[in-house]
Amino acid sequence: MIEIRNVSKWYGPTQVLKGCSTQVAKGEVVVVCGPSGSGKSTLIKCVNGLEPFTEGTITVDGISVGDPKTDLPKLRARVGMVFQHFELFPHMSVRQNLALAQVRVLGRKADEADARGMSLLDRVGLRAHADKFPGQLSGGQQQRVAIARALAMDPICLLFDEPTSALDPEMIGEVLDVMVELAQEGMTMMCVTHEMGFARKVARRVVFMDHGEIVEDAPAGAFFDAPASDRARTFLARILHH
Amino acid sequence: MNYHWNWGIFGEQVKGGDETYLDWLITGLGWTLAVSLTAWVLALSIGIAVGALRTTPSRLLVALGTAWVELFRNVPLLVQMFLWFFVVPEFLPRDWSLWVKQEMPAKEFVTAALCLGFFTSARVAEQLRAGITSLPRGQRDAALALGFSLPQAYRHVILPQALRIVIPPLTSEFMNVFKNSSVAFAIGVMELTFQARQMQEDSEQGIETYLAVTLLYFICAFTANRGMAWIEARTRVPGLIAKSG
Amino acid sequence: MGEFDFSVWGPSLPFIRDGLLFTLRLTLIAMTGGIVIGTLLALARLSPIVPLARVAGAYVDLMRSIPLVLVILWFFLIIPYLTGKPVGAEVSAIITFTAFEAAFYCEIMRSGIQSVSRGQVHAAHALGLTQAQAMIHVVLPQALRNMLPVLLTQTIVLFQDTSLVYAIGAKDMLKAADVVGKNYNRPVEMIVLSALIYFAICFSLSLAVRQLQKRVAIVR
Repeated sequence: MIEIRNVSKWYGPTQVLKGCSTQVAKGEVVVVCGPSGSGKSTLIKCVNGLEPFTEGTITVDGISVGDPKTDLPKLRARVGMVFQHFELFPHMSVRQNLALAQVRVLGRKADEADARGMSLLDRVGLRAHADKFPGQLSGGQQQRVAIARALAMDPICLLFDEPTSALDPEMIGEVLDVMVELAQEGMTMMCVTHEMGFARKVARRVVFMDHGEIVEDAPAGAFFDAPASDRARTFLARILHH
Repeated sequence: MNYHWNWGIFGEQVKGGDETYLDWLITGLGWTLAVSLTAWVLALSIGIAVGALRTTPSRLLVALGTAWVELFRNVPLLVQMFLWFFVVPEFLPRDWSLWVKQEMPAKEFVTAALCLGFFTSARVAEQLRAGITSLPRGQRDAALALGFSLPQAYRHVILPQALRIVIPPLTSEFMNVFKNSSVAFAIGVMELTFQARQMQEDSEQGIETYLAVTLLYFICAFTANRGMAWIEARTRVPGLIAKSG
Repeated sequence: MGEFDFSVWGPSLPFIRDGLLFTLRLTLIAMTGGIVIGTLLALARLSPIVPLARVAGAYVDLMRSIPLVLVILWFFLIIPYLTGKPVGAEVSAIITFTAFEAAFYCEIMRSGIQSVSRGQVHAAHALGLTQAQAMIHVVLPQALRNMLPVLLTQTIVLFQDTSLVYAIGAKDMLKAADVVGKNYNRPVEMIVLSALIYFAICFSLSLAVRQLQKRVAIVR
């Protein structure tokens, strides 16, 4: 589904991605982790072309992201993304947030889009909040709405960019529950996250990054039980300690 | 020197005419409103477009937008009035030039409104650019990630938020438009300042004249301020202020 | 296209220079006077003496809500009644611009003073400085430095606004261009020349201010 081959990226003289290669198969959940500044957020934003990359290729469902001839908006409409800071549109109600892209990008009828949005709100347990504005919801609620907004586009896969790291601890669980459910239903997911409990539970593979490189790319069980590199061991020791 | 007050002056007839001085002031207010409101509509439409262009990834568009702003910001408004009135027609093709000079209806008004509109558009563009830049970058990413094209992202996500942010600075720009419209007297638009000078010379009751005109400008600015406050209240988003405050 | 004859620019230069000198003098005097009076107004606006704060506030709001052209006409009309004798357009312009710009510099200095943290004032008091000493030696220097780019930007605006003395016929650069244009029957060329001069001066000044802004930002 997602193929990343030898992707490198420079910001001026500094290299932020160094020959990264990995893939996510259909129905697979892959967790990307690593210390801050390791390039994991940059890598996931390259997958739907929000960040341009300098070298290498990325294909999603057989379509090359870096190809200038690719219709990026059309591709992005099929790839859902959930952001660290939710990025709900604050000037629109929850209902409007869910309907906007369905109507404007997919060309659905307003009532059809609204019905789809409401059923997804039901699913994340927020139907009662449909007419509120994002600023009136808690962080956890906003992130669940953001997941519903991504699902409303009927995506072929979902990208998560640190979906819980801007949340207060007591709200992380409600968001992870939704993500676990999605994983168990067979959604293809690439998740940048530090939630190792989530990774252990549903991830098929874990990709560990440091200094712009993919240091390890291993089945989840193997990664947690016997990390191959020192860097991964140090990272795990530090993060599991908390 | 002693000053002879005459508050009845407004009802008196002007020298060599059958209008009253009050008629002059009302005409003046009419032209002030006409120039200001036309210029404001023009300034908003051009300013929003130019301000948005300056935040796009295209270097060419950014450079064009910057040139536009710098051009109108670094020449005095009065000189711009003269440029539009005396110089621009000279650069038009011969037939157009003749038409503008001899036949164009309300030439002074059209020139002043265009000039003030373009001048103000540069200032609106600056405000809007600042407003767009102050939005979190993630908003643009989120819109693009949903499959919006860049113009769609501006239309549905970026501009609706940026416009709300810039209402307070735009309010003072709107009030500035009324003040700046006074410069149009120099090319013969018969607006309030033009009438004030004319009435002062004709009636020799300068203080009453200027007091009345000052009051009228006050009312314009106050109304503009209230109007924008009304728009701000109407477009306020629930939860947004509580979050930022 | 009309026919242009830019050869008029040569003989016009001495007149333009004299006009420009007046424009610059007007700008500098109004800037200096405006900043001094503006700072005093700002202190008055921020003072705990309510009537003083009110009067200063009313003055500033009044100046800021009337068109500058009208203010120029007002002063030109009023000054002779106050001084008892007519004054020239040039003197009237200098008084007007100083009084008018003071209101704008006041608002800049006021936010400058407010930008200096309370801790600085407390520290000054803790060292035994009086209220006035703390203001003069600690707060105002910092306020001035923080606001320097904004003060200079306002001065560029002031420089452009001086062209409005056209309303009372003072002999500034624009007036000089106007007179030469009429004498040689080349008004269009002279308007273009004055626009170019204004643009060259204002554009280079605003570039300089932008550089300064970067440096101030780094120092902070």
